[in-house]
Amino acid sequence: MEQVYDLLVLGGGPAGLAAGMYGARARMKTGIIEKGRPGGQAATTEDLENYPGFGRGTTGPGLTQAMADHATSFGAEFIKDTIVALDLKSSPKKVIGKKGEYLGKAIIYALGAEPRMLKAPGEGKLRGKGVSYCATCDADLFEELDVAVVGSGDAAIEEAEYLSKFADNVSVIVIHEEGKVDANQVSFERARQNPKLKWIWNSIVKSINGEELVESITLKNIKTGEESDYPINGVFIFIGTVPLTEVLAGQVELNQQGYIVTDEKMAASVEGVFAAGDVRAKYLRQVVTAASDGAIAAVAAEKYVHETELWEKEVLQAQQPVVVAYYNPTDMSGTEKVGMVDRFVRDHKGLALVKVDATRNELVGRRYNIDLDRLPRLHLFINGEVKREADDIDEASLEALVKSL
Amino acid sequence: MIEVTKDNFDTEVLNAQGIVMVDWWGPKCERCLELMPHVEELAGKYRGKVKFCSVDTSGNRRLAIGQKVLGLPAILFYENGQKIDEISGQEITPEDIEAKLQQHVE
Ligand SMILES: Cc1cc2nc3c(=O)[nH]c(=O)nc-3n(C[C@H](O)[C@H](O)[C@H](O)COP(=O)(O)OP(=O)(O)OC[C@H]3O[C@@H](n4cnc5c(N)ncnc54)[C@H](O)[C@@H]3O)c2cc1C
Repeated sequence: MEQVYDLLVLGGGPAGLAAGMYGARARMKTGIIEKGRPGGQAATTEDLENYPGFGRGTTGPGLTQAMADHATSFGAEFIKDTIVALDLKSSPKKVIGKKGEYLGKAIIYALGAEPRMLKAPGEGKLRGKGVSYCATCDADLFEELDVAVVGSGDAAIEEAEYLSKFADNVSVIVIHEEGKVDANQVSFERARQNPKLKWIWNSIVKSINGEELVESITLKNIKTGEESDYPINGVFIFIGTVPLTEVLAGQVELNQQGYIVTDEKMAASVEGVFAAGDVRAKYLRQVVTAASDGAIAAVAAEKYVHETELWEKEVLQAQQPVVVAYYNPTDMSGTEKVGMVDRFVRDHKGLALVKVDATRNELVGRRYNIDLDRLPRLHLFINGEVKREADDIDEASLEALVKSL
Repeated sequence: MIEVTKDNFDTEVLNAQGIVMVDWWGPKCERCLELMPHVEELAGKYRGKVKFCSVDTSGNRRLAIGQKVLGLPAILFYENGQKIDEISGQEITPEDIEAKLQQHVE
């Protein structure tokens, strides 16, 4: 029999590492499936200065290594594999990797995102030949050379600054009007003081040219329509990212751009499946929000696993008929009625009672459509299925509920 | 694995007979560091069939550019001193490298 994890975390970036740490610390049997070294995109940036408590001098690889160690210290297990498919309907849920299959009671999907391609001619052919999506990886090869950075978001501006430590000239190609960037103003102002950075406004890259190595880029000024050849040795592309959610298509709800839609507890549209980090439809994609998502998802997943197990044991697998009373603990007259049910069940041999605070237990609310405005309510479960129900609770409805059992 | 620098690249790679595989890496390239143990393993497996070398590009930048390496990780294959094949980029996996090795050993 294969082992079943309480929690399987997919992806070992900041979101997955935080989720793994929280999950393992809550004593869940937690596995983190990662295809490479942990750290994700955050490990590809040298300067990472905006994680609270870790200012100047913090590096992406350093911070994420500490996150990975933290998760392991509480007992999270790293599984090195590449995820290729998922079966989210089965119970437990099944994750299929290149090397093996893994079972989890709950899943946190945190595969993050990958760089968006320019889709300019020459980009694919010259990848690794001057075209790069990772400044930390390749920057020192460009010492004394000239490079271009395409994009104007936070990553583009910060990586341009990093590249200026190596390259002689860094030209930043910005699609917007002069003075307008997508990055935060603080980074932009600092970058503007950097004498090695040169700004090319209103421009897009039409093509990347070169035989064996990048030799030039063709720029188009979108205001004037003018095209020009710009000699360059390297092109670093930071024009945003695309979420890695193909394996989920048709299984959970994605938005138009392919990001996973969740509620504020990180729950995706399928029960027991949570999403965290850059894969999620959200406002800010950073290490701190990825870690936050991971924490929330792990706590919600833990609650889900606990609730499903309890429900399984006490209701679905019960030998005798079970009366389930859904109630709201802040409603006095409702709790009194549940007290009445309690006495009634005690007087009837062979019956069991399970009381559910419907305001807190999401699992049953979701599975059985319990309307919080119509509490208390009763369900009679026999062999794991709802056989009868009662909305008004009094002697007569209770008698009717258990009649001729 | 033989550590190669600009000083012995000619001797170890360009003037060598048979198949030579060169792993170009850098200390800041996470992906390279991740591949390294796998490359070591392949070096053991293909001992006697393929000569394995590695170059730390951080001290050998000009050598790298001379061999048209401008992105890491990069794995280049030479036969009797001629470059015959290469794979590079963040996505390469140990399986990709082994597939190339098999292809060239045959
Ligand atoms: C160049 C750059 C600079 C940045 N700078 C900053 C910064 O200064 N501050 C900041 O807060 N944020 C920064 N960010 C953003 C930050 O890195 C991301 O928001 C964060 O890494 C998202 O974390 P994640 O865990 O959601 O996803 P990711 O970091 O993308 O991690 C996903 C993980 O899943 C793994 N994976 C993917 N597919 C599979 C598969 N099929 N099987 C197994 N594993 C898989 C990947 O290997 C990866 O480790 C930067 C991003 C970039 C690209």
